[in-house]
Amino acid sequence: MKNPLLTAIAMAVGIVVLAGYFLAVDMLLTLRAILIEWATILVAVALIAGVINLFAVHWRKVTRGSAGGASGSTQIYSLVLVTGLSATLIVGGWLGPTHPYALWIFNNIQLPVETSLMAILAVVLVYAGARLIQRRLNLLTVVFLLTAVVVLLVSGPLFGFDLPGLAELRAWIGRVPAAAGARGVILGVALGIVTTGLRLLAGVDRPYEG
Amino acid sequence: MNLESLLGLALVAAAMVLILGYVAAVRKWEPRALRAIQTFQSLQRAIGLAVEAGNRLHLSLGRGNFLSSQAGVGFAGLSTLDLIARSTSISDKPPISSAGEAALSILAQDTQRGAAHDLGGEFDPARAQLTGVTPFSYAAGAAALLGEDEVGASLLVGSLGSEVALIIEAGERAGSPALGGTDNLSGQAVLYASAHNPLIGEETFASGAYLGAGRLHHASLFAQDVLRWAVILAILAGAILKVAGVL
Repeated sequence: MKNPLLTAIAMAVGIVVLAGYFLAVDMLLTLRAILIEWATILVAVALIAGVINLFAVHWRKVTRGSAGGASGSTQIYSLVLVTGLSATLIVGGWLGPTHPYALWIFNNIQLPVETSLMAILAVVLVYAGARLIQRRLNLLTVVFLLTAVVVLLVSGPLFGFDLPGLAELRAWIGRVPAAAGARGVILGVALGIVTTGLRLLAGVDRPYEG
Repeated sequence: MNLESLLGLALVAAAMVLILGYVAAVRKWEPRALRAIQTFQSLQRAIGLAVEAGNRLHLSLGRGNFLSSQAGVGFAGLSTLDLIARSTSISDKPPISSAGEAALSILAQDTQRGAAHDLGGEFDPARAQLTGVTPFSYAAGAAALLGEDEVGASLLVGSLGSEVALIIEAGERAGSPALGGTDNLSGQAVLYASAHNPLIGEETFASGAYLGAGRLHHASLFAQDVLRWAVILAILAGAILKVAGVL
């Protein structure tokens, strides 16, 4: 059972913020600014709660092991996460985020790991493209893959060869079909956001316990 | 009030009128039939399997910042999570969710706790996790979740960039097909190429209507469709007037 008071507060806050965007009434603008400021603070507090949740979940995997549903490798990953999180919190919290030790952690651990994941992503995307032919071979798939190949050939010419007309074709793809498709998707998403927002304001969707 | 604000307000007002009009009309007539979307048919099958075969569903809510327009697709994901949590309530394995934004993970916990509470079940906070706060740490954490639990299918509804490919690939390896959509253009392209069943653009926001969340979800989908046609007609009219030299 949802709490009607919480629903009423959420709806009222939503309506005030929305009205503040459209109506240039001083009181509404002030109220909107205050509410958004509160929301910003709450989002920051939520980050602390989220990190505590992340720590708790992995701590449980480390301490309970297979009894907690974690396999051996999962337990090791969780141990790495718990150790890394604790070390970063201690170093960053104690010495400050701009201290050389904190920067060392960022430059020598986080940055290389994220860069490696980006490199893996490139391979995964090539593999996904090949699998797409196998899974959904139709006209749209062929157009999709040909476009990707043309854009790739122009962005990084193979062995330095520059095929004539390809750069113009790539520019046209970016200017006409890609821009038109992107705008279509963005317009659809915008309309979806409007109707989702209205459902929230009407209290139909209530993603808070209440 | 400037023209931009006026147009924005008119759009919101039109959507509201269409939603209320549809709800009033449905009281007299049957609701309109929804066109078949393969992704939602697959999702319904996955929900059925979750109940019958004891497979778990995973919902990836993305990294939508709550203080930006990305919040919209995040809320759509939470609405889907609520429906899935309620639909699979009799399953031994309730759904799990992953988020890359702290506020989203807290709301996901609240959503799952609310569904469990309403249906007399128990809630474990580990079922809604913040798996990372950067795109790749989030994707790596979510991918690890798929390998640990017996996940039957993965639904991706949220603000997801190209890192979504890592989650989908991990799902493929774990035998859990991916379905979903995003508001992010590069994420949309990656989902089209790698997901079993991608959702395009506004389809991402239609899950409520397709999963039987009630007539208000049908009504908002109807409003979305009507407004989309209005925008298409406005663009066409603009193009014609431009060619005719009026604009």
